[in-house]
Amino acid sequence: MSDELLKAMAQSIIDGEAEVAADLAKQSISAGMDPLDSITKGYVAGVNEVGDSYACGNVFLPELVMAGEAMKAAIAVLEPELKKKGASREVLGRVVLATVEGDIHEIGKSLVGTMLTASGFEVFDLGVNVPADQIIAKAEEVNADIVGLSALLTTTMVRQKEVIEAMDKKGMRNKTHVMVGGAPVTKDWVQKIEADGYSEDAVGAVNAAKNLMKG
Amino acid sequence: MKTTISSKTKKATISTDGPFTVIGEKINPTGRKKLAAALQEGNFDYVRDLARKQIEAGADILDVNVGMAGTDDVDYLPKIVKMLVDEFDIPLCIDTPNPKALAAALPLVQGRALVNSVNGEEKSLEAVLPLVKEHGAAVIGLTIGEGGISNDPEVRLAAAAKIIERAGKLGIPPEDIVIDPLVMTVGADSNAGLVTLTTIEMVRREFGVNVNLGASNVSFGLPERDVINQAFLALAIGAGATCAITDPMKYSLAIKAIDLLRGRDSYGAKYLKYYRAHAPEAVPPKV
Repeated sequence: MSDELLKAMAQSIIDGEAEVAADLAKQSISAGMDPLDSITKGYVAGVNEVGDSYACGNVFLPELVMAGEAMKAAIAVLEPELKKKGASREVLGRVVLATVEGDIHEIGKSLVGTMLTASGFEVFDLGVNVPADQIIAKAEEVNADIVGLSALLTTTMVRQKEVIEAMDKKGMRNKTHVMVGGAPVTKDWVQKIEADGYSEDAVGAVNAAKNLMKG
Repeated sequence: MKTTISSKTKKATISTDGPFTVIGEKINPTGRKKLAAALQEGNFDYVRDLARKQIEAGADILDVNVGMAGTDDVDYLPKIVKMLVDEFDIPLCIDTPNPKALAAALPLVQGRALVNSVNGEEKSLEAVLPLVKEHGAAVIGLTIGEGGISNDPEVRLAAAAKIIERAGKLGIPPEDIVIDPLVMTVGADSNAGLVTLTTIEMVRREFGVNVNLGASNVSFGLPERDVINQAFLALAIGAGATCAITDPMKYSLAIKAIDLLRGRDSYGAKYLKYYRAHAPEAVPPKV
């Protein structure tokens, strides 16, 4: 019976049905299922499938956004249950995420945040147009494993470099990795500014972040 | 209301009661890695080619943006503008967030440039508007305020009001301001198109100024983007947009069709002329 429920959970994410996802979460609690299993074996399986389909071009942006929202609805039901049990979801890593100063592009960055959260990272999303010192202060405060920097303009990409340089100066780079992204970001640029990770899309960003945590 | 910009001998008029004006978007290395690579090698042939193709495809104005990370557009922008002014006779839209690059490029324009852009933030108003005034240019005003981009058309309208008021204080008249209501993708927020359309209507009703559209964002993350972009162009023009920064190769014919449908092309002459000039060879020439 729990196998069926897990499959239904995955499907609710694939269908982007937030109400169904939340409902299944409640059912799983009544049935005494481990909330951690529900997340990792149920919902996350759905997120992974949607992510792969998006990467292949079979699923489109509104569907990815809906899947992210369904995931949030399920987590909102399960999280208090996890706390009650004294268990917490295994956090893959802590990520501080921001679009750099001077740049107000939000979609890509938020999508990366949703996908990372859905995949088990704890994400601190600082929003758009965020100055370097704020990003660094937050990374220090939460002891971040990864700082993710988005820039959609060729003219604001340089800020990614500035944040990395400032982190170098503070000697933070051995414990905090830096991931960069955004339409104009190329592999050459990533090497030039010595970033640790890079991806062209939100799904790839999850893999890049996982690789860094192995790292 | 008419916003007129010019090159050596040619004029482009953005008008609230004439045909729609196309500003070619292709000279911009953001997301175009081939162009970025060519610029970094100092190879201008690729830019020449983009300029020529867009003019042939019916661009009235060319947008020029050479911003790339790791390079200084104070250095690049004047070089590219000079090349375009020397070799082509078409009005230019100088596109940079960097006031220093703008100051370096504007004196090279022979005629009257359109500046892209100023926004409603204090920092931008103070840096950009005096340059617009000094060089007698026209300017695109993005409806961004101190709080960033709002989803509320009223807040976007307030940013437009601030830009028009501050420009007025420097002696820049509303005719020389083209308001850009901002276009976000409907892929991420299905109300994004409606917010833009409402903003366009409000800006036109409130100020009567020309309205520009960045028309290719709206379809991001969706299949058949051209269909969405064309539908959006028609709706936005219906709501009161008067020019767009877009791809003339893809959308000129649709735009000519929209002009004809709105009674701005007598006897369909412009639509047909464009069709004949760009149709496949099978189409018989006019006798």
